[in-house]
Amino acid sequence: MTLAIKIATKNLSVYYRQLQALKYISMSIPEHSITALIGPSGCGKSTFLRTLNRMNDVIEGSRVEGEVLLDGQNIYSHGVDVSEIRKRVAMVFQKPNPFPMSIYDNVAYGPRIHGLKRRGVLDEIVERSLRAAALWDEVKDRLEKSALGLSGGQQQRLVIARALAVRPEVFLMDEPASALDPISSGKLEDLLFELRRDYTIVIVTHNMQQAARVSQYCGFFLSGEMVEFNQTKTVFTNPRDKRTEDYITGRFG
Amino acid sequence: MPASISHPATSKAKLQALRKKPVRKYLSLEMAVPGVFLLSASIVMAAVAVISLFVFRSGIPLIQKVGLVSFLTGRTWDPSAGIYGILPMLTGSLLVTITALVLGVPVALAGAVFLSEFAPITVAVVLRRCIELLAGIPSVVYGFFGVIVLLPLLRQIFGGSGFSVLAGAIVLAIMILPTVLSVSLEAIKTVPQEYREGSLALGATHWQTIKGVVLPAARSGIFASFILGMGRALGETMAVIMVVGNTTRMPRSLLDPVRTLTANVVIEMKYATGDHQQALFATGIVLFLFIMALNFAARLTFANSRRSK
Repeated sequence: MTLAIKIATKNLSVYYRQLQALKYISMSIPEHSITALIGPSGCGKSTFLRTLNRMNDVIEGSRVEGEVLLDGQNIYSHGVDVSEIRKRVAMVFQKPNPFPMSIYDNVAYGPRIHGLKRRGVLDEIVERSLRAAALWDEVKDRLEKSALGLSGGQQQRLVIARALAVRPEVFLMDEPASALDPISSGKLEDLLFELRRDYTIVIVTHNMQQAARVSQYCGFFLSGEMVEFNQTKTVFTNPRDKRTEDYITGRFG
Repeated sequence: MPASISHPATSKAKLQALRKKPVRKYLSLEMAVPGVFLLSASIVMAAVAVISLFVFRSGIPLIQKVGLVSFLTGRTWDPSAGIYGILPMLTGSLLVTITALVLGVPVALAGAVFLSEFAPITVAVVLRRCIELLAGIPSVVYGFFGVIVLLPLLRQIFGGSGFSVLAGAIVLAIMILPTVLSVSLEAIKTVPQEYREGSLALGATHWQTIKGVVLPAARSGIFASFILGMGRALGETMAVIMVVGNTTRMPRSLLDPVRTLTANVVIEMKYATGDHQQALFATGIVLFLFIMALNFAARLTFANSRRSK
C-alpha cells in the first residue's frame, strides 16, 4: 500500500514559553487514510495536531520550530495565508462547539465568511454537507432551529458538516468521540470510514480500541516525543518499541 | 421546632441527641439566617413600593384633573396660568437620550471589543482603570466640563448659545461610556473560547470571528448594557441641566435648547405648591413609566430579532 504523502513534518518542535512540548517530530501522513495519534495525557499529541493547521498561533507564548509541509509547502514559511491553510486543514474539537445560531447558519458560516452569499448555492452546500456528515435525515425539518438543541453526537456531526462546507482536504480531530456515548461514538466512527475516501484524517484519541478500529496508521507519543509511527496493524500486533508495547497493553499511562 | 426534626426513620435515641442543647442552638441559627435575608429583601421591595405609592398618590390627582392625553401631548407648560403640558420635556428627554446612545454606544462597544480581543494586557489594565475612574466622577463635574469646554466649542462651530440637545447628548454619551463598555466587555469575555477556535479553524480571520460569532454570542449581554446606558441617560439630571438650556419650548433641531423630564422636577420643585407641585410629581410618574416602557419595548424588539435569526 503506497499512498501519496499529504502532510509531512520535519524536526517539528513546539515551545510554550520555556517548556518544550514537542521534540523534533518528523513524520509523514499518507493521503486518504486515517492516522491515529495515541499516548497518555500531556504527551504532546494534541499540541502536534494543532500545529498542522496553525491553531497553536492562538495560544499566547507558543513558538514553533521546524517545518510542516502540506502538499510539499511549508505552512510556517513567511507570507503564508493562515486562513487559507485552515480552510484546507479543518479541525474538529473534543467538545462539540456549534455556534449559538441555527443549524443552517452553522453550516453556512464557512462558505459565507469566504464570500459566498447566494441563497440557492448555500442551500445546496448546506444539504450536501449535512448529508455527507450523516446528519441530513435527522435535521432536515429543523434547519432553522438552534444548533444548541441537538444531542452531543449530533452536534459533533454538525461540526463536521460545518467543516465539510468549506471543502477541506484534511480533517484534524482532537478526541472527537470522548464526550459522546457509545452509540453516537459508533456513528461517528462510521462517518470517519465514509470520509476517508475523500479526505485525509488525523485523529487524536485516548481510546485504544477506537484507534485500532478506525485507523490505518498510528503514532505513539510520549513526553513530547514520537516513539513509534507505523501501520496500525504493526503497532498493535508487533510494536518495535518496548514503551509502545507497555502502553497498548495497559501497563502504564 | 421539634416537629421539624422528627422523622419516621429517626430513632428515639437519635431524636434525643438532636434535642440536646448545641444542636438546637445550631438549628435555630439555621432557621434565623433565611429570616435575616428575607428581611433585607423585604426592605428593598418595601422601598420600591413606598416610593412608587408616594409618587403616584401625589401625582395622579393632577393627571386626572388635566386629563392624561392633554398632559402628555400639551405643548405648553405654564404653571402660573395652570396649563400643564409636558410634550416638550418628553421630547427633550427622548432626543437627548437617543442622541447620547447614538454617540456613545458605538464608541463603548468598539472599546469593549478592543479591550477583550486586541489590547495587550498592560494596555487593557491601564484602560480599565481609566474607565473605572470615569465611572467615579460625580455628574456635576461632567456638567462643569460641559459648561467650560463643550459649550464654547459648540458656540464656535454652530453659533448661538451652545445650550442644546447636542451638548446634553455629548455629556451623557461620555457618562454612559463606562457602564455600556464594562457591561458589554463582561458579556464578550464570557463567550466560550471554543466558539472563537471553531470559527478560526474554518479559516475565518480574527475580525470575521468577532463579527460572526463573538458579538452574536454576546448579544444579550451587550443589549443589557445598552438598556443600562439608556436608563442612566434618561435618569441623569444635574449634568444635563447645566448644558441643555432648560427652556420649555418644543425643540426643532438638535441645536435647540430643551428641558428634560428630570430637569423639570428639579428646577421647579423648590417653589412649587398645590397643583404645580402635583404636576411635578406627575412628571415623575411619566418618567417612571417611560423608563419601564422603553425597557419593555427594547426587550421586545430584541426578542423578535432573536427569533427571526
